Amino acid sequence: MRQSKIRSTLVVAVCVMLMIAPIIGASSAMAASIYKIGGVFDSTGPASFLGDPEQKTMQMMVEQINATGGIDGNMLEAVIYDSEGDPAKAVSAVNKLLHKDNVIAIIGPSTTPTTLAIVNFVEKAQVPLISCAAGVEITSPIKPWVFKTAQSDLLAVAAIYKTMQSKNIKKIAILTVSNAFGESGKKQLVGQSKEFGIEVIMQESFGPNDTDMTAQLTKIKSASPDAIVCWGTNPGPAVVAKNVKQLKIEIPLYQSHGVASPKFIELAGDAAEGIILPTGKILVTKLLSDDDPQKKILAKYEADYKAKFNTNVSGFGGYSYDAMVMLANAIKGSGGDKNKIRDALESTQKYIGVSGEFNFSATDHNGLSPDAFVMVEIKDGTWKLLDK
Amino acid sequence: MQEIIQYLFSGITTGSIYAVIAVGLSMLYSSTELINFSHGEFVMLGAMGILTLWVNAALPLPLAFLLTVVAVSCVGMIFERLAIKTVKKPQPITLVIITVGASIFLRGVAMIIWGKDPFSVPSFSSYESIEIAGAALVPQSLFIVFAAFILAGAIHLFFKQTLTGKAMVACAVNKKAAWLSGIPSESMGVLAFIISTGTGAAAGIFIAPITMGSYDMGTMLGLKGFCAAMIGGLGSLWGAFAGGILLGVLESLGAGLISSGLKDAIAFILLLLILYICPGGLFSAKVAKRF
Repeated sequence: MRQSKIRSTLVVAVCVMLMIAPIIGASSAMAASIYKIGGVFDSTGPASFLGDPEQKTMQMMVEQINATGGIDGNMLEAVIYDSEGDPAKAVSAVNKLLHKDNVIAIIGPSTTPTTLAIVNFVEKAQVPLISCAAGVEITSPIKPWVFKTAQSDLLAVAAIYKTMQSKNIKKIAILTVSNAFGESGKKQLVGQSKEFGIEVIMQESFGPNDTDMTAQLTKIKSASPDAIVCWGTNPGPAVVAKNVKQLKIEIPLYQSHGVASPKFIELAGDAAEGIILPTGKILVTKLLSDDDPQKKILAKYEADYKAKFNTNVSGFGGYSYDAMVMLANAIKGSGGDKNKIRDALESTQKYIGVSGEFNFSATDHNGLSPDAFVMVEIKDGTWKLLDK
Repeated sequence: MQEIIQYLFSGITTGSIYAVIAVGLSMLYSSTELINFSHGEFVMLGAMGILTLWVNAALPLPLAFLLTVVAVSCVGMIFERLAIKTVKKPQPITLVIITVGASIFLRGVAMIIWGKDPFSVPSFSSYESIEIAGAALVPQSLFIVFAAFILAGAIHLFFKQTLTGKAMVACAVNKKAAWLSGIPSESMGVLAFIISTGTGAAAGIFIAPITMGSYDMGTMLGLKGFCAAMIGGLGSLWGAFAGGILLGVLESLGAGLISSGLKDAIAFILLLLILYICPGGLFSAKVAKRF
């Protein structure tokens, strides 16, 4: 009887030891001058067009930094998990990073829903997070430990409306995809319309996998707006572009930055002609004037990425590029202290990155202004800069 | 009025896509009593096959079409041999779960082979849309309606006129009795899979210019095709055809006249209503009792 009691106590003790052992192992590894940085990206699944280039860029940046001797002589180690576009998977990945891998900062996730699912966990654990998602809700209201590098929808809508003002467009119809990206775009399109003197006369939506939008467009055509704004990510907007041509609708079509990639022109073909959209500058690096401060950094990123992965660069990878550079700058001299890293991030000023010029402050954790976007028109199967 | 015609045309375009998929699903059900939830993935393989052979390898369209259908049928045959036939106790629920697993597997393989980006496939004919009474109709949707019609007709004739077809139906009605009367029930099962996945591939080829091809296109299409087959009455080929067109038209009218946000909801509520009023589907065979 007594013996069995001792035995069970022993079993418990061994179990506890086994549980503690990896934690000790991890913290002793920390001391051996390695900075662990976590990454959570939607590398597969519906948002893989965002997550895949972001993950590749992060790996590339870590290798580059280590090749030049690391930060203050400490090597970086990237621990990257795939959240597959699923908020639940993002949460478990972040918990692994926080409690098992003991990272000093996290980059990602790629989408607004996955980011919003994890912000409470990083806030509680007090680990700096730099998200690569576009949603305004991520940094407004301000959360002390959460930053983001992607241009907000807010700025994209402002850029579109500015162009519309100059073209004297007053009434618009919007056609948005029925997911988080489209909903957020719709909110901004409707919310900012008054400010620019534009009236949204019709709001329609389409499913992410729909194959035909002629019903919605027929309805819009009968309301005869001055312009149509479509908000979505491939392939839906390409179908919209094709349907507009099929129905012989002559109303100008605007698209969001969600389709700002050569893939859209490939998918929509001739139907892409004349479409106007906002985009980060990376898409049009060659067209920028030489005195543009971003031109040099864009060209370098483009060349590095192409040399390493042998595919064309996408603007989305730039979000993790900027996150890595600013994080590396913030880690410098911090000795791996998370509080110091956070404070250094918040005081980042005039960092010229892929997505624009960042000026973080205690009241702005995105740090970009509307000129992070340029407006382009698709002409002869390629991009053409619109005058401001 | 012009708008109503346009909604009908849009509905026929999407509906014909659902119909051509539903025909293949329905065919397999009427010969093996199995619902193949990976049918959408075979449609996807058809679309990706035509992309590889016609668009990328620049083979002539008829040859690319034939090769794709044959290749996808082979995948269907391998699927039946490896995953369906080897099940020790073929309970319906086990088989359905296996087909769900197969769909996840095929989607993953397609993602590795073709990558995650969607691809566009050019239309089979000139791009211009046809204008009737002020409403535009895409020529490709005529091709799809035509293909669905031919497929349903050919399978109908196969079941009614040929000995093999009749033997296949007999296997579905009662496997043991069919076997006792000398029908090789096992090879009938394989044949049903080959024909069904082949029609799936043909469907994928016809719809690719409208839907574009991507590794994850099959799931939604398979589900919508399943709904169409349910509306028409599972096992009835013409029912599947009509069910597809009906579902497409309902979606389009719902989007145009009520709200595009509620488009899917309207279609599915009507589906539930139809199944509530006539549980066997609109066109189910009157002699539904099988023993």
